Amino acid sequence: MILRFLSQLGRYFMLLKKVFSKPEKSSVYYKQTMHELVYLGLNSIGIVAVVSFFMGAVITLQTAYNTENPIYPTYLIGLGTRDSILLEFSSTIVALILAGKVGSNIASEIGTMRVTEQIDVLEIMGVNSASYLILPKMIATLVFNPFLTLISISVGIVGGWLAGTFSGVITSEDFIYGIQYAFIPYYIVYAMIKTVFFAFIITSVSAFHGYYVNGGSLEVGQASTKAVVHSSVLILLFNVILTQLLLS
Amino acid sequence: MIRVININKSFDDQKVLDNVSVTFEPGKTNLIIGRSGSGKTVLLKSIVGLHDIDSGEIWFEDVLFNKLDFKDKKEIRKQMGMLFQGSALFDSLTVEQNVMFPLNMFTVKSTEEKIERVNFCLNRVDILNVNELFPSELSGGMKKRVAIARAIALNPKYLFCDEPNSGLDPITAILIDELIKELTEEYSMTTIVNTHDMNSVMEIGEKIVFINEGIICWEGSKNEILHSDCEILNDFVFANALAKQLRSSENK
Repeated sequence: MILRFLSQLGRYFMLLKKVFSKPEKSSVYYKQTMHELVYLGLNSIGIVAVVSFFMGAVITLQTAYNTENPIYPTYLIGLGTRDSILLEFSSTIVALILAGKVGSNIASEIGTMRVTEQIDVLEIMGVNSASYLILPKMIATLVFNPFLTLISISVGIVGGWLAGTFSGVITSEDFIYGIQYAFIPYYIVYAMIKTVFFAFIITSVSAFHGYYVNGGSLEVGQASTKAVVHSSVLILLFNVILTQLLLS
Repeated sequence: MIRVININKSFDDQKVLDNVSVTFEPGKTNLIIGRSGSGKTVLLKSIVGLHDIDSGEIWFEDVLFNKLDFKDKKEIRKQMGMLFQGSALFDSLTVEQNVMFPLNMFTVKSTEEKIERVNFCLNRVDILNVNELFPSELSGGMKKRVAIARAIALNPKYLFCDEPNSGLDPITAILIDELIKELTEEYSMTTIVNTHDMNSVMEIGEKIVFINEGIICWEGSKNEILHSDCEILNDFVFANALAKQLRSSENK
């Protein structure tokens, strides 16, 4: 078991070495990266916005119902919503959602290319298949996921504000005061750093599972599931590590 | 010329290639024939470097290919074209983009020049007016033709075909075989074709290598194959009912 884990870990780092080798032709990689920015980045805005909106709304309502006490000023609901979204939800929860959407997409795409011999075609041509297939995806997610996090933060806060004011648990003025109160800009940097780490985990782990698929469509499905599960577990693990490192 | 000397290849404990030595002649259509699971594809993929061999030597002209590092292998691989069993066209690219892919990757031609070359290759394999279609919109025979067009886009010196007519009807299969033979002569390529189709053997086989359970059992030409005294080869060659009848009528 340990030997198998170490062997897989070794293969993972060997793959990363291949991924980060010099590209054959920069112009082709640039085009591919632009394509991936749209495919993996822009196409994820919808799901991120929907999830963030409802997440913000639920955080506001739960904070409100759990702090119903005359001692607490109501603007704390806004503050609680803001900090929850900034510190945890827009980076970690959105990363878990992207692990499902983007991770399974990457693993199944590369896995299908493996079992249909398309990766062999690239190798025969003399193309570094790992770099050509994975590097543009990695750059695209590393560049675009921080924007997705910013969108998530904004939409989440709007969702919280709408839920809070329409349900009457907080006034618009109090909520806006709360989200501005005791604001620590470093929290945004913290969220961005986490997002970049999580983007790397999602892309590299999913690509690894797809790239080394052996078999047919059944194995591609299994690789896709493994990609999501392993990415999610690693995101949660690194969430703890990064939180300790960045906030202690 | 491609020379394979004493190569061995195993997967776990199963030996797939056992001390295989063979020379593939330049400018000819070299055929590797044998039953399913005999080691044909492993041999072909070992020659092109998709499988690492356990021992032995693979020579492309005077270059010991299997000892080269990734960077030097790339230089030889740029001279290779390969047609895979399932065509292996890139699903997300159109026909034109598929054929243009190696040109984009390895040439500095202008877009116009590349399109001209793509159209030339597609015309050469008799594929017309499908430039904007995706592989999923093509028939099996058309996919094979597009894959051949892609394989010849960079004027390769070596062409490798793994079961080029599997899944095709007999007439389309013959057309694909003829195309491979014509291109081999036209570009003076060293072509290696894996097949278990006896029609292909009789149509295009110039040098034929018969492999059984990872061992080369017989080598010769298509004229010699019908009169071989190799029993395993004869079982393979005369496996179908029509061939058996022809043989028995010839014997009478």
